[in-house]
Amino acid sequence: MEIDLGQAKTTFLAESQELLEEMESSLLILERDPADQNAVNSLFRAAHTIKGSSGVLGIETVEKFTHFVENLLEKMRTGQIKADSGNIELLLQCRDHISRLITLAADEVEGLSGDLLRADNDLSAKLAGCLDERDAAPAVQAEAPEALEGPSSRTDAWHISIRFGRNTLKTGMDPISFIAYLAKLGEVVSITTLFFSMPGPEEMDPEDCYLGFEIDLKSDFDKKAIEDVFDFVRDESTIRILPPYSRMASYVELIKGMPEDSLLLGEILVKGGALTAGELEEALKYQDESQAAKRPLIGEILVEEGSTYPEIINAALEKQKKNQSISAKEAATLRIDAAKLDSLMNLVGELVIAGAGIDQHAARIGDTPLQESASIMLRLVEEIRESAMKVRMVPIGETFNRFRRVVRDISRELGKEIEISISGAETELDKNVIEKISDPLMHLVRNAADHGIETTEARKAAGKRASGTIRLRAGHDAGCIVIEVEDDGRGLDREKIVEKAVARGLVAAGQHLTDAEAFKLVFEPGFSTADEVTKFSGRGVGMDVVRKNIEALRGTIEMESARGKGTTVRVRLPLTMAIIDGFMVGIGQSPYIIPLDMVVECVELSEEDRRAAGKRNYVNLRGEVLPFIRLKEFFNETGEDSKYENIVIVQYAGHKIGLVVDELFGEVQTVIKSLGRVYREVKGISGATILGNGRVALILDVPRLMQTIEKNYFARAG
Amino acid sequence: MPVRIGKDAENGSISVEGEMNIYFANELKEGIMKAVEGKDSVCLDLSRVTEMDSSGLQVLLLAWREADRNGVPFRLTGASAQVDDVLRLFDLKRLFCEGMETA
Repeated sequence: MEIDLGQAKTTFLAESQELLEEMESSLLILERDPADQNAVNSLFRAAHTIKGSSGVLGIETVEKFTHFVENLLEKMRTGQIKADSGNIELLLQCRDHISRLITLAADEVEGLSGDLLRADNDLSAKLAGCLDERDAAPAVQAEAPEALEGPSSRTDAWHISIRFGRNTLKTGMDPISFIAYLAKLGEVVSITTLFFSMPGPEEMDPEDCYLGFEIDLKSDFDKKAIEDVFDFVRDESTIRILPPYSRMASYVELIKGMPEDSLLLGEILVKGGALTAGELEEALKYQDESQAAKRPLIGEILVEEGSTYPEIINAALEKQKKNQSISAKEAATLRIDAAKLDSLMNLVGELVIAGAGIDQHAARIGDTPLQESASIMLRLVEEIRESAMKVRMVPIGETFNRFRRVVRDISRELGKEIEISISGAETELDKNVIEKISDPLMHLVRNAADHGIETTEARKAAGKRASGTIRLRAGHDAGCIVIEVEDDGRGLDREKIVEKAVARGLVAAGQHLTDAEAFKLVFEPGFSTADEVTKFSGRGVGMDVVRKNIEALRGTIEMESARGKGTTVRVRLPLTMAIIDGFMVGIGQSPYIIPLDMVVECVELSEEDRRAAGKRNYVNLRGEVLPFIRLKEFFNETGEDSKYENIVIVQYAGHKIGLVVDELFGEVQTVIKSLGRVYREVKGISGATILGNGRVALILDVPRLMQTIEKNYFARAG
Repeated sequence: MPVRIGKDAENGSISVEGEMNIYFANELKEGIMKAVEGKDSVCLDLSRVTEMDSSGLQVLLLAWREADRNGVPFRLTGASAQVDDVLRLFDLKRLFCEGMETA
């Protein structure tokens, strides 16, 4: 039977990614505190879920390998094996390997070859070694949990239900010996002796066997081995064996299949830990439902046809979700295709434009009720816009957490001691931005760990703490998100940078540069100050790419550094990519939009000021020097000089400048439309928007405008 | 050695001596049920039992169930290592061994 696994597989891939991340963070927690039982549990859960799902989807490579990992984790969970740096390192490698295997499966590559196969065997052997060392019992491969639909039990023990046949004793068998033998296969967690079939004293034949048992057994043996224990009595007796984590339906079936009262049996299962009281209730309810539906048990079909059913896959994925929700924050989440969100955003954008159109029209015809309705609608549209945008926001913490591993690996490799501290992990960013910022940030973190932080000896020699610290910070600042990567390492060598820049012809020899300008040179293409190239960085590609990536997000990057004290790289990103609150101004005949977040205040540029300013491009604003730029000149707009000019004062990255405009219109919701390739190099414009009346307004790119002004200033000064 | 069931005249406790197994199951059942009959409290001393199998256990369970049904207190006052092993294996010690000391 062919069924389309595409959808399920996609879900599996996405979720296993999260599970792998969970594994990684748990391992790192464990490394710091090897006694953390929560970390071990979540580690086990993640591995177990990956194994289960990959098994259902028939990804054998992943299933097989993860199974070995799970074995070790199981031992760690029950305390038979303690977590130590050795097996944590091994598990980290295993986690990476699982990740590779999953990637391979995603590409529909079947089987393993070359390096990967070698790694697979190598790691499997190491895992087996870890198990054998402390565990004399042979680790026989346990069967994957029997997949039946419905929720599953959380127990990690086998449940064995047996009613010995009436003639057992007469044929020379004794239940005692079977149970005693069974107990040797593992640890009997719970056993309940049942003798309800025993009649009253008169009828009771002491040579008949009336005994039955409900047993919960923790064992590494597979189902076959456990079944074999009862080989001699199998024909006569009723035996049910449920693997660990069996589906609820299996328990229901077991309860139904036994002669005793279902409530009593249910209680025994609860006592033995196979089910919780809540699960039992659910199971019994489920039983009623499934009886009403009279459908065949999926498990049976599965065995008969040797194939999987969508229900089972769903069940497995359901379980995966369930496990996840238990872990992280117990947050109820919904997985949505990003494309759907994008189209929703587009629609909201159109709605904003259409709403503005109605509003303007209502104002023009002067219909008061209509105007009122329009303004209510506009407010609602704004709220929709905000909620729609919030949907796309994800906290940056996850991205930050990924860097822990990177830093850990680098510090191991280079023999440095590096601590990482994270703050502002809850700061939310647009999902698209997070995805795109991840790589550049990774680069910055690597740089900090590799070049920034010195070796332990060098640090000691410099009188610093032996372990270096990398601080990752995120937070809001005037309409943008600021992300900082700070290290307390050796700092940038200003002279060396300048020297190199001169050698490359980027600056003229002897030119005076401020620190900020000097450090900016690092972002020029092909610029690397590292003397040696390491595995992690220093190849000279990088900082310019980082800058490009960040600028593509309409962000900026800057660097601060003090020799011997450390370096801080500060990335600023706009809050959102799609819709902003804009401030509309008129320049000549054309409307322009300034992002409202950056507007500090508006003042009139009085005749007096104009005269005083003359050809200079600054005014005296309450005792401060405020450089300004005449946008009319800058954009070559035509039109008569208006009598009154206004200065819109904008602030970005701690700098203020004035933009001289002709007219102020006020606040508008602005849907950002990109201008396309041709206009990409146009300075000072970041996009366009469509106004309610159908006109196009250009959106000012304040950061770039500021750069331009600075450049002009320097050009004049230099 | 076959099974022998005796009664202590003084405290009315019943002692079982010998093998509680399938070979003497019928005797055991009859003996114990008779000894227990009509009593308002049952004390069973199994400290001299040399062997116990499932059939012996079943008789013990039968006696316990009857006592329980009639509201008669039932307890073991002693158990040999052999008996103890079986009770331990089946997790039955709590059922009728409260306060008992293993022989």
